[in-house]
Amino acid sequence: MQLNREELLKAYEGMCLIREFDDAVHYEFAADAMPGFVHLYVGEEASAMGICMNLNEKDTIASTHRGHGHCIAKGCDVNDMMKELYGKKDGICGGKGGSMHIADLSKGMLGANGIVGGGPPIVLGAALTYKTKKTNNVSVGFFGDGASNQGSISESMNMASVLKLPAIFVCEDNGYAESTAREYAVGGKILDRGKAFGLDSHEVDGDNFFEVYEAAKHVIDNARNGKGPALLHIKTSKVYGHFEGDAISYRTKEENERIKNDEDPLKIFKKKVIEAGLLELTQLENIENESKAKIKKAIQESKEAEFPNANDLLTDVYIKY
Amino acid sequence: MPIKTYREAINEALLQEMKKDENVVVIGEDVAGGAGTNGEQDAWGGVLGVTKGLLKHFGRERIIDTPITETAIMGMASGAALTGLRPVAELMFVDFMGVCFDQILNQTAKFRYMFGGKAVTPLTIRTMYGGGLRAASQHSQCLYPMFTHVPGIKVVLPSNPYDAKGLLIQSIRDNDPVIFMEHKNLYDTSGDVPDESYSIPFGEANFTREGKDLTFIAMGQTVEICNNVADTLKKEGKTCTVLDLRTLSPLDEDSILEAAEETGKIVIVDESYPRCNVATDISALICQKSFDSLKAGIKMVTPPHTPVPFSPPLEDLYLPSEEKVLNVAKEIL
Ligand SMILES: Cc1ncc(C[n+]2csc(CCOP(=O)(O)OP(=O)(O)O)c2C)c(N)n1
Ligand SMILES: [Mg+2]
Repeated sequence: MQLNREELLKAYEGMCLIREFDDAVHYEFAADAMPGFVHLYVGEEASAMGICMNLNEKDTIASTHRGHGHCIAKGCDVNDMMKELYGKKDGICGGKGGSMHIADLSKGMLGANGIVGGGPPIVLGAALTYKTKKTNNVSVGFFGDGASNQGSISESMNMASVLKLPAIFVCEDNGYAESTAREYAVGGKILDRGKAFGLDSHEVDGDNFFEVYEAAKHVIDNARNGKGPALLHIKTSKVYGHFEGDAISYRTKEENERIKNDEDPLKIFKKKVIEAGLLELTQLENIENESKAKIKKAIQESKEAEFPNANDLLTDVYIKY
Repeated sequence: MPIKTYREAINEALLQEMKKDENVVVIGEDVAGGAGTNGEQDAWGGVLGVTKGLLKHFGRERIIDTPITETAIMGMASGAALTGLRPVAELMFVDFMGVCFDQILNQTAKFRYMFGGKAVTPLTIRTMYGGGLRAASQHSQCLYPMFTHVPGIKVVLPSNPYDAKGLLIQSIRDNDPVIFMEHKNLYDTSGDVPDESYSIPFGEANFTREGKDLTFIAMGQTVEICNNVADTLKKEGKTCTVLDLRTLSPLDEDSILEAAEETGKIVIVDESYPRCNVATDISALICQKSFDSLKAGIKMVTPPHTPVPFSPPLEDLYLPSEEKVLNVAKEIL
């Protein structure tokens, strides 16, 4: 274990904040208080934190439609994110983007994405910038098991391999794309696709923060040192449905129970660090309470915040009316 | 006559055509749903439930769930159309055309002409378009002008349940590639829809209101807006024509010119981006062919030239509304 106490606390803080954020969004959405489409990350927290704890502020990530966890792990402000979800003027994108388009370039967050498979090609570009400018930075592209079937993912892995770019491809495999099982939609193995393009490819247990962290450290360090791109196939599961409002009739009750009880990355982390005597229960509980308070405040402030106005409609675009 | 929703009308058209012709297959992401799971099959029936229930009639052989792979979906459907099937392929949101436009633009649309008339491509692409659901920039676009721009593909925009059924049946029977565009906000609207099968020919616009003082030209969701504005103006003593284009390709030029000549005052309401859209195209048509009949400059109501914003008040400002259309109409009445 290479992580010190401070880092362990940071990991748990991040995962709790993601959990609280998306749990709160789940309830707000059900109460009809939130507009649009939202896709929640609950159950996958160890992936975002395990990866992003190996990144610095200048490294970049590109995310997916299920992006809140990636954003928080990369350091986006939860108040600004929450305001964005409510479409408020002080939201992280001025209310113009919403849940699927959260971005904060100052934090190296190149954008969530409404287009499945839209992010990884952008990561190639960031990686090209770092390679050209010799900055030792890396760029990470997240995508799902469903997205792994898009041509853009294969094209990106090949290009990264050919140009030896510092690009990391992270397939977050939660077993489903909308209501369709991975077993149905993915021909062959996701891992083999990375290998086929010559990427350093690893399968990782996404419920286990430490496994994600170690695997990410290995491939990110290599990419920083000019050893080229990699693929991490992270096996995980999500608690909620595809989007809020999904009845999840394609999953059985037993599966839902198993995901909640046995595959919860926060519970698994907690158990591990306590059993190993690395952190005390009270510390972890304090973090849980702090996260709750932070998110509660974010929601309250977001609800009270102002909406954008007519002038805002015509800004940030090159044609003026 | 039975009352059905736009969603039900589309579902019924698919059901009836699939029963009639075994070459008709439905291809798309989660068009049934539940594939490979231990839970419910037909779990989704499309994101908004439009194809729900077809699986139990036709099985997975003909209701074909695919991976997320729009290029392969459109290519497979085109190739199947070229070789003996009559596929209805779903492009879940029209915004995703960005992923697969080559198969539409350079392949399927051009087969017949490019191959010297030898190819028949009876392909229907069903897709959702339009704003109002707070779905933000990548899930709210109209984009029908981009398809209308391409020769070889027919573009259909039903504005109500009756037309949705008749035009979809026509689309499936048509031997050219057709893109059939469903406005998300219309799925829950309802109207008279006969139980029996019927088709509506392409290139025949529909006069939904007739009047003497002004002509609204509309398509898809904007038809309802214009009908309501026409009804409001009627109470104020002005009668208006509303022309529902129904198909953008082929375009019913005769009805457009007839409507223009009758009133000489035109307001075109188009939800797509304002540059090179249907409104500018029709405006050019009227100016070229019927300039002398105009009693005022042609007016257009469109969104501004920006992506679709997420924030609810911004999206409301962005979209054409009855209020905006009424104000513009009054400028020339
Ligand atoms: C190009 C494109 N096709 C389809 C969709 C609709 N869609 C959104 S998310 C999704 C499923 C994605 O599955 P996966 O990649 O496994 O990610 P997960 O939702 O499981 O996190 C689909 C089909 C889309 N947004 N973009
Ligand atoms: Mg998935």
